[in-house]
Amino acid sequence: MNLIQVQDNNFATIKDIPHDEAGQRFEALGLRIGKRIKKISGMPFEGPVTVMLDGRHFAVAHAVALHVEVEGQEAPSESDEPDERNIWSRFL
Amino acid sequence: MSCRDCNLCFEKKGPCTAKDEKCRRVLLMGNPNVGKSVFFSRLTGTQALSSNYPGTTVGFTEGTMQYDGGCALLIDVPGAYTLDPTNEAEEIAHRILEEGADKVILVIDATALERNLVMALQVLEHQLPTVVALNMVDEARHRGILINIPQLELELGVPIVPTVAVTGQGISELIAALDKARVSPFKEMTKEARWQVIGGIIGRVQTVTHRHHTLMDHIEDLSARPFLGGVMGISVLAVSFAVIRVVGEGIIRYITDPIFNALWTPLLEKLNSVLGSGYLRSMLIGQLFDGRINLEQSLGVLTTGFYVEFGMVLPYIVAFYAVLSFLEDFGYLPRLAVVFDALLHRFGIHGYAIIPTLLGFGCNVPGILGTRVLESERERFIAATLISVGVPCVSIQAMMSATLGKFGLHYIGACYFTLFVVWLVIGRLMNLTLKGYSPELIVEIPPYRLPSFKAWRTKLWFRIKDFFMEATPLVLGGILLVNLLQLLGVMDSVAKLLAPLFEGFLGLPAAAAVPVVMGFFRKDIAMGLLIPLGLSAHQTLVAVVVLAMTFPCIATFFVMCRELGWKRMLESSGIMLATAMITGGLLNVLMKVI
Repeated sequence: MNLIQVQDNNFATIKDIPHDEAGQRFEALGLRIGKRIKKISGMPFEGPVTVMLDGRHFAVAHAVALHVEVEGQEAPSESDEPDERNIWSRFL
Repeated sequence: MSCRDCNLCFEKKGPCTAKDEKCRRVLLMGNPNVGKSVFFSRLTGTQALSSNYPGTTVGFTEGTMQYDGGCALLIDVPGAYTLDPTNEAEEIAHRILEEGADKVILVIDATALERNLVMALQVLEHQLPTVVALNMVDEARHRGILINIPQLELELGVPIVPTVAVTGQGISELIAALDKARVSPFKEMTKEARWQVIGGIIGRVQTVTHRHHTLMDHIEDLSARPFLGGVMGISVLAVSFAVIRVVGEGIIRYITDPIFNALWTPLLEKLNSVLGSGYLRSMLIGQLFDGRINLEQSLGVLTTGFYVEFGMVLPYIVAFYAVLSFLEDFGYLPRLAVVFDALLHRFGIHGYAIIPTLLGFGCNVPGILGTRVLESERERFIAATLISVGVPCVSIQAMMSATLGKFGLHYIGACYFTLFVVWLVIGRLMNLTLKGYSPELIVEIPPYRLPSFKAWRTKLWFRIKDFFMEATPLVLGGILLVNLLQLLGVMDSVAKLLAPLFEGFLGLPAAAAVPVVMGFFRKDIAMGLLIPLGLSAHQTLVAVVVLAMTFPCIATFFVMCRELGWKRMLESSGIMLATAMITGGLLNVLMKVI
């Protein structure tokens, strides 16, 4: 399956990336084969896909995301769910 | 102390530049958005513009820093994720490193160590004495990322200084560590081998403790959602423009107008009586209305020249950059790029073009310079042309309010709407007809950060100072030129020459040709020249739209020439001129029908 097909908020592992300039750029950002990423969302009208890796967000154009192969899609586990007790910590 | 005082440059007659072989060269390198420009400002005392998004520095900046009892040339190299270039900024970074240096300050983002090590190892492989600034250690700690710094120092073989550039923490230690800069034992290696080394280092030096989502993380996630992200994007833009208008008008009403009316005008009245009649009085004061000075219409250097620029435009400059600087430092702009990417793709540019476009609303010059974040020549041409045609700078917007506002807010709205429609049509046409390719969006979106008040204030002052430096000579020179041309009768000839076009096609009096031609110097002043013509509401709308869309002002013209080359600049100007005339003609017909 490709990155577009992954459901929002689900995790998946990168299996293959485009073998072109876009792929090089993708890899330079740290989005490499074997990395487990979380898909945050996909924008409508073939807009970009937002993914998260190691707590950082990345926007990937729809045309590139179509050629990013992923595997092992899984829903977030309980430990990934928000904890309201810590919700203010970034402001403090 | 200036660069010339350190005696290291021998018999140099000017300050150090990148080409001077005898001056010590220190490179400031790292990934995009790791705080290099903040380091540059702190190390050189020179203000470099920094923001919370990748690509703030696309060209390189030079400055002089003091260390070891002397000084050295510090080069702020554009941010690069890799030295196997995937864009122009990375090409420049690679080239500068290949040219060699005495020392390298390598800035590494502690919150994204693994990714930063890719470029770091590539730099270390160049065998130059290096010191690492491990920046944002406070944020890393906050995110539950613990880094064993002594171990990392052993792994990389160079000194490492933990820093927080925005607060200045670790800066003096970094300067002290420059003397201890060492050549790393890393030799050139393959990409695969490098990743293996990085994997080993990360395993040995980094511990990530589990951290739950915080409120800021939730806001970050929500602004990337299709519906909420879109609503948030439109709301942020709407609120921003509302704040700019309220603050701008507030400054005019409560600060600049009272100053001009209570202090400046009486002073000029006295000067007027001292000067009597003659050319000097005519140049400095201009025309009198019922024996009194009219700041909007007198057209003298000290009357209209000063009032338009500092009484009407400056308040909006302050308001606009106050809002934009906040959005930049908060890290919202890249999210706006994601929201608008699908739309902008229809015009052959990717979402990141929204950043130069927004900068263009302040002044077209940084807007055009900002198109460097776009990777292909085609994208840069489209974005630069769209900014020049359809994005009025804040000076023009202030004057749009002054000239059209008296006829009602709907006229100001009609002007913005016309410019927006033209922007859409021209963008679509250029995308369909221009050859070349537009690369896809693949970018890192920085985390939201509450901006530091000091950094925001410094940036705002830096931009206001820029406005003073750029605008003042052009405004005063422009008004002087108008007066000279008026005296020589050139204005009448221009009006006569363009009369058929203006009277027949645009429905404007021939005299309106003069402000449009003068728009080449400063469009805000040119719009001020429309006021004494006594145009009707419809005529003013047509004239303002045509003036906003025709040739860029002289400063934008030169920047476009530099960025696009003169041939592409002429093509772009042709598009502007044709679009302005067609739009003006259509608007004239439409106004008659309505």
